[in-house]
Amino acid sequence: MSFFAEKIKQCYTLVHEAPVKKKAIVGILAAITLECAFLRFHASGVFWFIVYTLVTGSLVFVVVANLIKKTIGSFIFVVPALLIFTIFYIYPFFKVLQLSHNAWDGISPIMDFVGLSNFKEVIGDKIWWGAMKNAGYITLIALTFQNALALVLALACDRAIKAKNFYRVIFFIPPVLSEVVVGLIWRWIYDGDYGLLNHALLALGFKDVVRNWLSDPQTALTCVAVIHCWKGFGWGFMILLAGLQTIPRELYEAARVDGANVWQSFKNVTIPLMIPVFVLVAILTILGTMQVFVLILSMTGGGPGYHTEVPVTRILASMQGSSMFGYACAQGITFGAILMMVSFAQMGISRKLKQA
Amino acid sequence: MSINKYTVTNSAVNALVHVFLIIVAATCIFPLLWMFGSSLKTQSTVFSDMSLVPKAMHWENFYLAWTKGGFGVYFLNSLFYTVFVVFGIVIVSSWAAYAFSRMNFPGKNLFFFMFLGAMMIPLPGSFVPLYVLVNNVRNILLNSLNGATPFFLKIFPDQFVYGMVSFIENQFYPRAAYVLCMINVGLSFSIFMLKTFFDKMPKELEDAARIDGCTRLGIWRHVALPLAKPAIAVIIIYNSLSVWNEYILANLILSSKDLMPLQRGLMVFQGEHITQYPLLMAGMTITVLPILVIYFAMQKFIIKGITAGAVVG
Repeated sequence: MSFFAEKIKQCYTLVHEAPVKKKAIVGILAAITLECAFLRFHASGVFWFIVYTLVTGSLVFVVVANLIKKTIGSFIFVVPALLIFTIFYIYPFFKVLQLSHNAWDGISPIMDFVGLSNFKEVIGDKIWWGAMKNAGYITLIALTFQNALALVLALACDRAIKAKNFYRVIFFIPPVLSEVVVGLIWRWIYDGDYGLLNHALLALGFKDVVRNWLSDPQTALTCVAVIHCWKGFGWGFMILLAGLQTIPRELYEAARVDGANVWQSFKNVTIPLMIPVFVLVAILTILGTMQVFVLILSMTGGGPGYHTEVPVTRILASMQGSSMFGYACAQGITFGAILMMVSFAQMGISRKLKQA
Repeated sequence: MSINKYTVTNSAVNALVHVFLIIVAATCIFPLLWMFGSSLKTQSTVFSDMSLVPKAMHWENFYLAWTKGGFGVYFLNSLFYTVFVVFGIVIVSSWAAYAFSRMNFPGKNLFFFMFLGAMMIPLPGSFVPLYVLVNNVRNILLNSLNGATPFFLKIFPDQFVYGMVSFIENQFYPRAAYVLCMINVGLSFSIFMLKTFFDKMPKELEDAARIDGCTRLGIWRHVALPLAKPAIAVIIIYNSLSVWNEYILANLILSSKDLMPLQRGLMVFQGEHITQYPLLMAGMTITVLPILVIYFAMQKFIIKGITAGAVVG
């Protein structure tokens, strides 16, 4: 028993301490192998027997090991969390994998196994890639304008000014509001007939600019992106401010003594020390913004046409609108894989920046 | 202090900075004020009266939204879900985090990294399988209830049995399913946060309690939980906000109007009465008010939670 435990521990440390690149390569290879095995043997009983034996066997192994070591009393503490996690995270995870290889309408008792054709369809789906482009556009605006605004505000608040805490509290109000509320308020402000924005523009004399902001294909996406930034800049501001405040003041003083002006000390002291924080904010912005959708549901519902559709609203539409559960899951997996690649790439870049 | 060139330019810069910050702060608050102001106008004045503070305050809009708009029901539902989910998360995650931090058992590291991995791997569209799961379990439950009904009819009065069956089908099951789903959403973050907190806590008190003959559950209840109050406060606030603001799972799991929480109710109301802006705005004010109260009262903990969440992410 202890021999096996020792071996497992060795394998575990080997995997855990491997560099990220190796982990990623091994992970991708393992995924491809499993996928091939699944495609080849999905109809064979022996394959599923082996899979189920492995899964239940490892669970039984853990429980038996706990019984032998007389640690079952401690193990029981994590059982509720494990149960909830297994039912609501691990089961759905494998359900997604299963559904994405099937054509299923969500009601009928039988699913059609279709192999990889759902994924093929996703790759050829123009609306889907249009939605991806829209999400990319919103993300680009969030990465540049939202984060620039957050950085400027954080720098302003990092100066020893009065009422710093007041601003901090105010700037974080939009992030704690729900996306539905934010979307509905702004939907009305943007409204073509009764909206506040058009009233204000008319009162100021800009007659040509007045339009139905959210139904105009030219402006709808940008309007949504602006509101997303309005809702999100508080997060970036908070994290950036926390990062700025960890920089020792002596460094700025030393820079000033050496004759550096404000810009030089910003460039040579603040930026190099803040790079990890910048990367963190960038990753959070990308992962958060790409997956935005409740705001869009409450502001435009994806319209006009498909001009404000984003990937998650497409997944929802495939599921609720056209009852293609398998296709929805294939879209989800494709999107999740893209997000994983983006965050891996960013982590790699940050590591390189840190070494340089 | 003598006024020289340096202090003059410095205070001028500070004034400019303040002007900039105040403008941004105003844009943060203005939509909320606008929403509140509009909720006090009438249907006829709401499109013409553009003032923030209307001349005649129509507080009855709130009463109408609460009763006729159905926001009273939605509010109580939101409260119900938030309380149960947060309570569940605190109990389950503090058990697990305590075990991960203080106890040793085979499989510990494996399970902990499983929870960590759940936070790292993005699963967009995870609502699809959850919807399938909840639906399948409901079908199984209904079938077995229908199968068992004749048996129960022999023991209990008819009315009671049919009442129970419809209660389980329409009230108990959807609510329980939604609460469990939401517990899972907040679980990983809470476990991670509490584990790091427990790791930093001194062990001596627990040792003393053990020597005095306290059981493991007793130590958790009487020593670990009281000491972890700051971390638990962060977890409570963070999860309350996320449950109160949650929309998509409520949309998929809770389809009848007497089960809906506020966010879902707002969307339904908006779809049904598209131009009843004063009532909609009153409903939104009802939705936002508890959040703002909690936020202003507890903002210290919220800021702590953000930095912790950022470190996790």
